[in-house]
Amino acid sequence: MRPTLRVLSDELVDRIVGEGFELLMDPGVRVHNDEALDLLAGAGATVDRANRIAKIPERIVRRALQTAPRSFDLHSFDGQPVVHYGGDSVQFDPGSAAITILDSETERQRPAVTADFVKLVKLVEMLPQIDAQSTSVICADVPPDIGDLYRLYLALNYIRKPIITGAFRKDTWWTMREMLLAVVGGQAALSARPVAVFDCCPSPPLLWSDLTCQNMIDCARHDIPAELVSMPLAGATSPVTLAAAVVQHTAECLSGVTIHQLAKAGSPIVWGGSPAAFDMREGTTPMGDVGTWMIDCAYTQVGKALGLPTHAYLGMSDAKIVDAQCGLESAGGTILAALAGVNMVSGAGMMDFESCQSLEKLVIDAEAIGMAKRLILGIEARDEPIALTLMRKLGHRADYLAETHTLKWFAKELYLPSAVIDRGSLDAWQQKGASSAFARARERVKKLVASYKPVAVPEGVRDELRAIATAAARKFGMDELPPLPEQGAGV
Amino acid sequence: MSRELLEKITTSIVDGDPDSTVDTTEQALAAGLAPMTILDEGLLPGMKIVGQKFSDGEYFLPNLIVAASGMKRAMARLEPELRARHEVVKAAGTVVIGTVQGDIHEIGKSLVATMLSANGFAVHDLGVDVPAEQFVEKVREVGAQIVGLSALLTTTMTVQRTVVDALKAAGLRPHVKVMVGGAPVSRQWADEIGADGFAEDAVGAVQLAARLVGQGA
Repeated sequence: MRPTLRVLSDELVDRIVGEGFELLMDPGVRVHNDEALDLLAGAGATVDRANRIAKIPERIVRRALQTAPRSFDLHSFDGQPVVHYGGDSVQFDPGSAAITILDSETERQRPAVTADFVKLVKLVEMLPQIDAQSTSVICADVPPDIGDLYRLYLALNYIRKPIITGAFRKDTWWTMREMLLAVVGGQAALSARPVAVFDCCPSPPLLWSDLTCQNMIDCARHDIPAELVSMPLAGATSPVTLAAAVVQHTAECLSGVTIHQLAKAGSPIVWGGSPAAFDMREGTTPMGDVGTWMIDCAYTQVGKALGLPTHAYLGMSDAKIVDAQCGLESAGGTILAALAGVNMVSGAGMMDFESCQSLEKLVIDAEAIGMAKRLILGIEARDEPIALTLMRKLGHRADYLAETHTLKWFAKELYLPSAVIDRGSLDAWQQKGASSAFARARERVKKLVASYKPVAVPEGVRDELRAIATAAARKFGMDELPPLPEQGAGV
Repeated sequence: MSRELLEKITTSIVDGDPDSTVDTTEQALAAGLAPMTILDEGLLPGMKIVGQKFSDGEYFLPNLIVAASGMKRAMARLEPELRARHEVVKAAGTVVIGTVQGDIHEIGKSLVATMLSANGFAVHDLGVDVPAEQFVEKVREVGAQIVGLSALLTTTMTVQRTVVDALKAAGLRPHVKVMVGGAPVSRQWADEIGADGFAEDAVGAVQLAARLVGQGA
């Protein structure tokens, strides 16, 4: 039996969805995008052009919910379906778009640069617990206007795993699509085997910016999966009660699914988010708060009830260094995400709310992810009878370690952590230098990055990628991109 | 052909398939390979790889123990052949091992005994709750170069000192190296009671034993 977490009664799910529909009629959603307003008006919504308010009747939304796919796969860059969005599958990618990196030596934040991002990408390739890449940090050594596409450009030179990404502008979305087409070999291949998901974020409460709305419409039209990232901030940009925050999330996502499906019915879209319970002392957005986790688990339940693939930002910490707070917050969110059956959990490696990425935190989080994945595999009988045959054979001898039964099952039954987790004796720990988890993580980062093997991107494709990214950079005053860090290990 | 068989034996040890270890050992004998060659070039290289993989973190305790059990079963098959040829396997060393009096914990001690045995040591396992005199007697009887004392409790680890003292009193201490182990046991404790060595785990114990009998490791 797979252990699962449900935080809402079925009755409450129905009431939340019901109120979500009602919000779409009154007060409606504010949409700062003409194309979306046209689509909504064309489908029968009442659109107030002057105030950019659309009032969307339930039947239009219901139709969109019916055309949206219940599931889809993301493919690795060598064409294998490796991530399944839908049902209760649970997968993890690093938290995305951090603006700083936690320096491995000083353990303090600094702006991230090209080399940091490439190292992170290589690390993610080598971490077995992490299922997908993300454009996880913004590089400060290129103009901010190409910050989005530059990350994707870099990543595409190094990755096999699919990638969760997003655009910061309307025009850069097209550049990013062009890069994806260059790598997979055209729109038909990209439609048949999606390799990337674009995050699209409504603004709380009930508002769509021009940029994010356009990105979502463009994704739909080109069969590039879109991931809704609705982010009510309970007590600040949404009501403080957790259920009401979920109502707001529901309404925002329902409006997103509707616009998206009106742009192209049947294109894949994900019910996701990054809500938070507002911190009433500091005025911040704690990602490590239990209220945040509960909103995430609740909206995931709503998304499943509506038959959509799900996503959440979980497994992050608000701590500024990789300390006890960092560990407890990240592990808590990770375990709950797995129990709630979130299809894609973004957040590994992320700290200081959503500002900072740490390679060391990422390898520590990977252990929590490994444990969470084991947890949801549940406990199975394995043998019939479960124990009688073996226990009668051994009687009162404590010799199970020598049994081939143990050899057969131990690695399946038990989660086997890396050396990041210390389980040696005091003496062994002292012999190895009495190291902290951070220091052990630093060693594992070095080892994994050193074991990275370059991907077989043809030279012509690499050149094309560089030409596309360079052309974009030149529009924003950068003539030449920073040199690409070497393909192999190191950096 | 013979090289291939020896490699199969090695692989069966590394893969933890004791039945296959016995089968391939028998095939090798039937093919006319010398028992000593089977041991030195088939079985022992396998155990060495298993030990290395354990040290590297790739293998776990069940891999060690199942490999050792394959080794033991193959040895049982080789020994009569060796005797028939009047060949003697030169033991890496002779070890007396046991859990000290008052303590009935077996697993750690047995693990070390199994690994020492699988790595060519002649091992006399006295079991658990072993009185100091019994260690002394056995060391004298078999001319052991090493005695291994296990204790899992903080209350029984002091008995390790009693055994060291008993070996001294019997005049055996200059001839036998003492290694200690167990959850509460540390290097510092080993030094304090005048033991010759301490190891963290079973693979470490094999390396330590090899070092104590002067084989290097």
